[in-house]
Amino acid sequence: MLYRRIQEWFFRALMGLSLVIVLGSLVAMLGVLAWRGIGAISLEVLFQTPKGGYYLGGGGGIANAIVGSLYLALGGTVLATVLSLPLALALQREYASPRLARLTRLTLDVLAGTPSIVYGVLAFVIMVRIGMGASLIGGILTLTVLMLPIMTCAMAEVIALVPREMKETAYGLGATRWESTLAVVVRQSLPGLITAVLLAFGRGIGDAASVLFTAGFSDRIPTSLADPTASLPLAVFFQIGSPVKEVQERGYASALVLLVLVLLVSVVSRLIGRRFSRHVIR
Amino acid sequence: MSRIAIRNLTVRYGKHDALRNMNLDIPDGKITVILGPSGCGKSTLLRSLNRLTDLYDEVSVEGQVLIDGENIHDPRADLLALRKKVGFLPQRPFPLPMSIADNVRFGPRIHRMTREDILRQIGAPADAAASRHAAMDLLVEHYLKQAGLWEEVRDRLHAPGANLSIGQQQRLALARALAVEPEVILADEPTSALDPISAQLIEKRFQALKEKYTIILVTHVLRQARRLADYVIFLYMGEMVEHGPASFLNSPRDPRTRAYVGGEIS
Amino acid sequence: MLSRRKTDRWTGGTMRGALLLVNLVAFTIALLLLWKSWPVLSGQPIKDVLFSTNWHPTQGQFGYLAFIVGTVAVTVLAMALAVPVCLLSALCISEYIPTRLRWPVRLGIDVMAGVPSVLYGLLGIIVVVPWVHRLGAYFGRDGSGYSLLAGGIVLGLMVSPVIISVAVEVLQGVPRDAREAALSLGTTKWEVSLHVVARHAWRGLMSAVVLGFARAFGETMAVLMVVGNDAHIPTSLFDRVYPIPALIANNYGEVMSIPLYDSALLLGALLLMILVGAFNLAAHVMLARSEPGRA
Ligand SMILES: Nc1ncnc2c1ncn2[C@@H]1O[C@H](COP(=O)(O)OP(=O)(O)OP(=O)(O)O)[C@@H](O)[C@H]1O
Ligand SMILES: [Mg+2]
Repeated sequence: MLYRRIQEWFFRALMGLSLVIVLGSLVAMLGVLAWRGIGAISLEVLFQTPKGGYYLGGGGGIANAIVGSLYLALGGTVLATVLSLPLALALQREYASPRLARLTRLTLDVLAGTPSIVYGVLAFVIMVRIGMGASLIGGILTLTVLMLPIMTCAMAEVIALVPREMKETAYGLGATRWESTLAVVVRQSLPGLITAVLLAFGRGIGDAASVLFTAGFSDRIPTSLADPTASLPLAVFFQIGSPVKEVQERGYASALVLLVLVLLVSVVSRLIGRRFSRHVIR
Repeated sequence: MSRIAIRNLTVRYGKHDALRNMNLDIPDGKITVILGPSGCGKSTLLRSLNRLTDLYDEVSVEGQVLIDGENIHDPRADLLALRKKVGFLPQRPFPLPMSIADNVRFGPRIHRMTREDILRQIGAPADAAASRHAAMDLLVEHYLKQAGLWEEVRDRLHAPGANLSIGQQQRLALARALAVEPEVILADEPTSALDPISAQLIEKRFQALKEKYTIILVTHVLRQARRLADYVIFLYMGEMVEHGPASFLNSPRDPRTRAYVGGEIS
Repeated sequence: MLSRRKTDRWTGGTMRGALLLVNLVAFTIALLLLWKSWPVLSGQPIKDVLFSTNWHPTQGQFGYLAFIVGTVAVTVLAMALAVPVCLLSALCISEYIPTRLRWPVRLGIDVMAGVPSVLYGLLGIIVVVPWVHRLGAYFGRDGSGYSLLAGGIVLGLMVSPVIISVAVEVLQGVPRDAREAALSLGTTKWEVSLHVVARHAWRGLMSAVVLGFARAFGETMAVLMVVGNDAHIPTSLFDRVYPIPALIANNYGEVMSIPLYDSALLLGALLLMILVGAFNLAAHVMLARSEPGRA
């Protein structure tokens, strides 16, 4: 009995310690990034594009990267959603045989696990072959491919949670597969679907490796799909490496902006999830 | 009214036989009650009468279910027409993820019923509603009344169906199924979540409905079976042990039925 | 009536087509990589590619061993650091801390799971690298701090919220009856956690770990920023390493000037994809076998 009590006590301590380590490092990380970032942020940094001599400490800001990132991530998210939703719905029993569904799930898992740099170089290879340079559209398409498996897997997961009885009910009333899918499955899983979209958006806006070669970098805000486009993760990456203090500072500012954007999306996704769950049966 | 005939029906989940070689004619215009201990295949039987077995991964169905002479397990069978003809109340009631009124409207809406269709179906005069929308409102009221739910929900027809209590959800499921005017109603323990009074209300409904419909109903409540049944089927571990007019419950021949009726198997 | 059926038929056909297309696209990607890296693969014996450390692009020598070891070392180290801590934390969140505290903690973890990897890399540069540098000095090793250890820590930290988030979700899904039944037999809470809850949920916990592994394995930027990027087989935690994703990201921009370099880097991409594929396949087979009923 004593042994078991000591064991209980020991593991309790160990678990508590683990949790404190993890939460502690994460909180510390947020703290460090916020602390360094806040000192570096100003209206100029947020709302101006780089001016002459920017990378030697000249004036200007990171508006090019902020806007660029939003363009890239929004474009990618829209395209990926349009493609992912039918795919995730198609994985239902009504459309896919168990074998096809299993194969496709495996494929999607492999695609989701494939490093984003692989998509980045592949897209670049294809773009070079068809004579396209680093551009907004190149970045958007690459991000679409990167997000697609992530989003589809997340969507398929919530769709699988729709109770079978609920579908039975719709079919029992004479609905077709498509009607049941639209009126019942999509409605029931809507909050989860939205979360999946926002999750993918978060992954897309933060990914540097896939846009490194495909979107490139530019000091200007893109005005057409063919323009090279800056992004926040790359802005962090390039500027942190600089020996010039002012440039480094703007790297920290970019990091904070990126962090805030991602946190915002997280929180919004939760609120939206709740807002749309009015009709959802639990 | 439809005639239902079951021929050599075997249903398997993977390798596990849920129903073995059933042969039966279900009398039409009557209430047929399926009895049997939990897990004996009652829900499976109901599902195979509506081909909802399609939704399961590892189900295999052999044999035939003939509805009006047409084998519904034939891959070429017209599923939509079949399912419209055969209404289904699942064991756990699931409101569709929409408002109470929309739940009732769901069937008529997907079947694209016109104003005239609706009014004819609920037996209202042709000028009772000016638009399709108004006709739909009448339809909602009509079937909610039939299911005995109207009084409780008339003020919140646009609230989510999910907010109803389980017993109310069961009645909503009934209203929703009736609204497509099926010829057969399959009901899987339709009163399992209701208090005795509401259950009796539903029982009365079924009594009245059997004028127009063939009703097949699963229940665990022996007394309810005695009250309602015209015809009884007793299943035991996937096998049909006995069937016949309700009176056989008083003098079962098979020992397993006798044990069940005597309360030894539950 | 007829058009409802038609709609259903063509949506059904389209959707099945989409499924086939995804599989086809994945296959095409793999094939494309193979095709592009063929010049290198056919130019030298495959064992020289996989098991040699001779990496001299200008002389046309591409031995991947150091990079493969670097990739595996960083990932394994990260997982070794993260998995025990994460599973214990997840158990703690799910079984021990008061309900009132549970959801804010879970919210925080979920939010952290979405933080971009570049930011973890940045944190690595600001905090972890100097810290490892000091630790190294203490053990009598000089070096900049940019090392295998720094990479492992940063990566471990990065995948922690992902693993914990999924694991807690899984643990919370274990029915309460299972716990109550065991607790009422007089077991301690830890015994219940280990023998009942964790056993009930081990499949889900495995997939949490698999997910974390996949994230760690393919991570490019966070790693690239802190591992020092030097192609040697590491002999200690304080050595620099050079994982494949970092190699590609650093060099693909200038491949055009050196013959075969392009092909060699795409071979790296192919290797990554094959490893990810093999790993996922193993996980699928293992998880499918242990649960015969579910497809
Ligand atoms: N999806 C499924 N996969 C595998 N086996 C199943 C599945 N559904 C039911 N079964 C099995 O088939 C048998 C019959 O199940 P069924 O649901 O028809 O029983 P039931 O008579 O309705 O029981 P209850 O009265 O508890 O509702 C049971 O042994 C059950 O375990
Ligand atoms: Mg049942």
